[in-house]
Amino acid sequence: MNAQRRHARKFPRGRQLDQTALNQVREILGPGPHQRDLLIEYLHAIQDRLGYLPRPHLAALAAEMKLAMAEVYEVASFYAHFDIVENAELPPPTITIRVCDSLSCMLAGAEPLISAVTAAADPDVRVVRAPCIGACDQAPAAALGHHLIGHATPEKLLADHHQHSHATAKSRLPDYQASGGYQLLQNCLAGHHTPAAIIATLSQSALRGLGGAGFPTHRKWTMVHDQSGPKALAVNGDEGEPGTFKDRYFLHHDPHRMLEGMLIAAWVVGADDCYLYMRDEYPEIIAQLRIEIAALEAAGLCRHTKLHLRRGAGAYICGEESAMIESIEGKRGLPRHRPPYVAEVGIHGRPTLVNNIETLYWIRDIIEKGPDWFNDQGKPEHPGPRTYSVSGRVKNPGVKIAPAGSSVRELIALCGGMADGHVFKAYLPGGASGGILPAAMGDEPLDFGSLEKHGAFVGSHAVVVLSEHDSLRDAARNLMRFFMAESCGQCTPCRSGTEKALTLMATPNWDEPALNALSTVMREASICGLGQAASNPLQAVLRFFPDER
Amino acid sequence: MSDPIEFNLDGKTVTATADETIWQVAQRLGTEIPHLCYRPSDGYRADGNCRACMVEIAGERTLAASCIRKPSAGMNVQTGSERARQARQLVFDLLLSDQPGEAHDPNSALLTQAQALSPDGGSFPARAGPKSDNSHPAIAVNMDACIVCGLCVRACREVQVNDVIGLAGRGADAHIVFDLGDDMGASTCVGCGECVQACPTGALLPKSVVDDKGLFKGPADRAVESLCPYCGVGCQLTFNIRDEKIYYVEGRPGPANQARLCVKGRYGFDYIHHPERLTTPLIRRDDAPKDRALPFDPANPWQHFREATWEEALDRAADGFRSVRDNHGSSALAGFGSAKGSNEEAYLVQKLVRTGFGTNNVDHCTRLCHASSVAALMETIGSGAVTAPFGEAVNADVIIVIGANPTVNHPVAATFFKNAAKAGSKLVVMDPRGQALTRHASHMLQFTPGSDVALLNAMMNVIVTEQLVDDQYIAAQTDGFEQLKAHVSAFTPERMAPICGIAAEKIREIARLYANAERAMIFWGMGISQHIHGTDNARCLIALALMCGQVGRPGTGLHPLRGQNNVQGASDAGLIPMFYPDYKPVDSGEQIARYETFWDQTLDQQRGLTVVEITDAMVDGSIKAVYIMGENPAMSDPDQHHARTGLANLQHLVVQDLFLTETAAFADVVLPASAFPEKDGSFTNTDRRVQRGRQALQPPGDARQDWWIIQQLANRLGLTWDYQDVSEVFAEMRQVMPSLNGITWERLDREHAVTYPCDDELSGGKEVIFGDGFPTADGRGKFVPADIIAPDEQPDAEFPLVLSTGRVLEHWHTGSMTRRAHALDALEPEAFVEINPDDMASYGIHPGEQVQVSTRRGKITLMARSDHNIPAGLIFIPFCFVEAPANMLTNAALDPFGKIPELKFAAAKLQKQTSLAAE
Repeated sequence: MNAQRRHARKFPRGRQLDQTALNQVREILGPGPHQRDLLIEYLHAIQDRLGYLPRPHLAALAAEMKLAMAEVYEVASFYAHFDIVENAELPPPTITIRVCDSLSCMLAGAEPLISAVTAAADPDVRVVRAPCIGACDQAPAAALGHHLIGHATPEKLLADHHQHSHATAKSRLPDYQASGGYQLLQNCLAGHHTPAAIIATLSQSALRGLGGAGFPTHRKWTMVHDQSGPKALAVNGDEGEPGTFKDRYFLHHDPHRMLEGMLIAAWVVGADDCYLYMRDEYPEIIAQLRIEIAALEAAGLCRHTKLHLRRGAGAYICGEESAMIESIEGKRGLPRHRPPYVAEVGIHGRPTLVNNIETLYWIRDIIEKGPDWFNDQGKPEHPGPRTYSVSGRVKNPGVKIAPAGSSVRELIALCGGMADGHVFKAYLPGGASGGILPAAMGDEPLDFGSLEKHGAFVGSHAVVVLSEHDSLRDAARNLMRFFMAESCGQCTPCRSGTEKALTLMATPNWDEPALNALSTVMREASICGLGQAASNPLQAVLRFFPDER
Repeated sequence: MSDPIEFNLDGKTVTATADETIWQVAQRLGTEIPHLCYRPSDGYRADGNCRACMVEIAGERTLAASCIRKPSAGMNVQTGSERARQARQLVFDLLLSDQPGEAHDPNSALLTQAQALSPDGGSFPARAGPKSDNSHPAIAVNMDACIVCGLCVRACREVQVNDVIGLAGRGADAHIVFDLGDDMGASTCVGCGECVQACPTGALLPKSVVDDKGLFKGPADRAVESLCPYCGVGCQLTFNIRDEKIYYVEGRPGPANQARLCVKGRYGFDYIHHPERLTTPLIRRDDAPKDRALPFDPANPWQHFREATWEEALDRAADGFRSVRDNHGSSALAGFGSAKGSNEEAYLVQKLVRTGFGTNNVDHCTRLCHASSVAALMETIGSGAVTAPFGEAVNADVIIVIGANPTVNHPVAATFFKNAAKAGSKLVVMDPRGQALTRHASHMLQFTPGSDVALLNAMMNVIVTEQLVDDQYIAAQTDGFEQLKAHVSAFTPERMAPICGIAAEKIREIARLYANAERAMIFWGMGISQHIHGTDNARCLIALALMCGQVGRPGTGLHPLRGQNNVQGASDAGLIPMFYPDYKPVDSGEQIARYETFWDQTLDQQRGLTVVEITDAMVDGSIKAVYIMGENPAMSDPDQHHARTGLANLQHLVVQDLFLTETAAFADVVLPASAFPEKDGSFTNTDRRVQRGRQALQPPGDARQDWWIIQQLANRLGLTWDYQDVSEVFAEMRQVMPSLNGITWERLDREHAVTYPCDDELSGGKEVIFGDGFPTADGRGKFVPADIIAPDEQPDAEFPLVLSTGRVLEHWHTGSMTRRAHALDALEPEAFVEINPDDMASYGIHPGEQVQVSTRRGKITLMARSDHNIPAGLIFIPFCFVEAPANMLTNAALDPFGKIPELKFAAAKLQKQTSLAAE
């Protein structure tokens, strides 16, 4: 036989199962059967134990779950928080510091912070950039392991080796019940209300989807209520829109008000399962919810539905409701095509009600105090209260509950004015995707539908204030970099368009026709809102700040 | 199914069925919308990700992907609006911007469609693409051309369900991976090439079409629609020819394969261009003894042979047969045809042996594969063919696969089982060895080798005891149930569990699952048939199906997965010692008379000998002259010393083949024949589909068409045959074979495939048969009880292991074709034995080391492969490797009914090979 012949394989095709890794995975996961939809939870469990995900363990997990290796790998590699390494002998540094490099933190000096910490860090510390971690009021913010550090400095980040987070809620189940909590739910379950009556009350209120889409809540509930067969409810706690931190605020201060809203919603629409999908950037919230859900179950308050707490793994796109559903099913967070809508075909094919944290937070009060109580908190033509996350160049950033239709100037005033030495120049009315408006439009009412004519929208009501010190070009590039990094990569316009746009935006003189073309194809032909809105900041610079491009 | 809807397409009111997409409606009405990630044919799911097919829908804020969007009533769709056109053009612009400077495939879907939309290429800044992955012997991976459309992922995961390819990362970093990001050649890839066929960019290409730099060599000169010659699945394919060589192969949407192929059918054809190919007739040198111990090099025939003209060779061949016939009588002659040949060739071989040699001593390799299954089927339901095609698996609620490893041996059929399992059918795999299907199985029963009857009788015991039988079916359609019922009463799960190694409760669970299923189907392979109790095994499976009424309806049936591409057709054509064409017994006076008239010859009154019996007769000298067309008994038959002794003992051996096989080494005359792609003919697959193979190339040198060679021999033996081409042979077969009713040569040419039985030329063939009775004397199916018979040779202190043999994915049968196919040889280059990792450890053997395996009949040395799919105590050796032939070891003990040898069970010894210096 010819000398150059290959030799036969010593094993069956492909990677072989590593018995040590398999034993470890079995020990971590416990006895089966393992659920396909819990793949992300299992990856977390392995990474929580080992600190990273060695490939032999991914192969073992695949074998244990009867999945293809590729199915495990593509999920693990989709989410930013999973650290895949070749094998356990090649671990990453033991400490990971994630410094937020989204806009509010960049304005507050994230870039020099990253340089300083990187220069001073030990070899067992690694500094990585992270998209918004929902602490814009404490900018610059960072996470040391799972531990949030606000107003971060190199000293704070390198001195503190406390990597874990703890439950920190201000209001526990007994506190909430003491102030009348869960009475409404119990009345519903006891038949003192009807689903139709609850929906009717909601329909008189101005409550809309406060995750950013602003879809009237009662209509969503009605759609799911009217579907037949087993149904599900998903709570969208993947608050990833840069500049937004209101859901964290509500869950921190009063988690049960949201949970009661969720349980009422489950009863109204007839959801057999409730999935709470929480972003991994809020570990203390997840820890708290775990405790409170156990307390709810022990108190027998959720017998009408089954609660599942699910942990994201670092992917902004999973805030998009259908991507979130994919993630809840243990897959990559790729937004689905519509139709069908998730209200018809959602989690595991079931009709699914998806509501944002804050939306559910208001349910109890609207039913108990009446729609007028809610509606009257707004401005004329803009009913209801709104929760604005205000950050950037203001004196006291934070969550501001103010009338719907408030202007940015009013919000700046609520924040004690501009930060010292800063003059109001421009603002983001709705996080990264809501566009940028000049100070000249500072009196526009911030509400659903009122900014679209300017190529902007209010979305999750995340307002980032920019000053004369800030470069709009840099801000737009920061936002485009965010979209590029967070694009799921599914469709050509978004996957390639964000990358090409960022490349073009790095050149000294922007190629306006090319950028306009990219904006067009992203807006017109992307599958989901991320790509459709990704060019908003870029277009705002071209439109309102042509000198800065 | 909801009603059709009306909507407006480009200004016209059109109608769409409920499941049609906008793209499909537009296409149907003559508007071709660009598409990259969408593959309209072959059952691919639309994914809507590339955005090349955007259309404008009135009232919608954004454009919609027409490949995935279904129209709704009253919708107003514009396929060619300025917005849609601009978006599509920009999508192509973006994709082209990142394409490599020189295209791997200038004719790719991407570049072809781009010519209309973005003829100047991409205008955006390019980014660096990934490096090429050259690790796979057959597939060129150049991901710098990848557009992340995911068609390869769907090909691998949803269509063929080989589950190797994934889409990892996200955003601009989204990229195709194999397994955990491994090189393709180091991954679990089985090389089916479905991804290559689906790829719209040239990122995945057959290596044969690109040069060393990964650039396209040029288009094919022509294409020929034909078939795959390997297994019984019967995949339709297209041979693409360039410079009179097979350039690359694509799957065609045939009824069996739906455009799918496996690694052999896609990359296993260059054997026909191999330098060792026989191109001239050979005659044995007078100074070359026939000695089985003598080394033999197929690349150097001149040690044993000299060149001859066709005239001389044919005369010598025929003279030898005539001389033996005249001196020793017809019973001293025998002929082996081949299940690799066409129906027409099979018919001619058996006609030659029966009318020219004057004997029924004619057989072929069916004897080594499903003879026992056929014996049981003929006995119980009066027909040896399958009752339903394997594709019916997708309609079954429960699928039992027993004694078969279809991802290896019937890879494309296996894809349909996996499709069914993915869609929710319960897949029950029963086999001593684990296999790739295990992961898709709802139930995996790794039972003790050789204990099939115990396991199956226990299942029947449960079904009877728990009254899960289909009383109505039994009463209406069967005979002998009471006897069977009484027989299985002793086989309780508790008593059988220790014998078959499956817990009683598990046996009950599977029995209930099968009996209670609305529709259930049983598939089996050589694990059932190649035992001395092979017929009993099959009887049990048939009884199981009959008592539950799981035959004759969609999604039900009995399907022995036939091995060779034409084993069904060769048997139908009478290439077996006990039957004339269409299973007419050769010992029936009525049939003898009929055929004596039809062939105008006196015929042998006795049943002939079978393959292994002929070998025995060669050894004892009662058979003296043999004609072997396309078979390789020196490799394929059990107990090889014995088989080769027989061959060496012959007075006259004529071998007609492509290469100097191990069998040809013993020949007196070697006749160079035509390979599959060089011939026309019809072939009948495992599903009873008669399909048309078409000649794509001329045979090399002076190699000739097989039918021509057979006719030349016939003429020299005094027969007056004058067929002008194979269609005339087919026409003659139709005169005596009712199974070919309605199937004319012209129809085959037109439709490529027709399933039998078929009422007439205008009707389609019947896929699922026996819904209204069986072709037995009384129309009823018969229960035949089976007792436990232990394998012929039990492990003992000296030979403590069980040796099982079979095939590997890459190699066909004895390897004479596939080991000469470059890619297949590179994928499985040398002999190995699969051993359980714990056994490896206890013998102190490291993976990759040489070991010696011996049985009472011989010993071979080969590499040890550690495989967790092998249970402890069992070893498995593929029989394709001439350098370590498994059949040196196997046991020739026969099943008394099917006369099939026990190739799946022999007592064996394993030893670490300590000295390698001599190798």
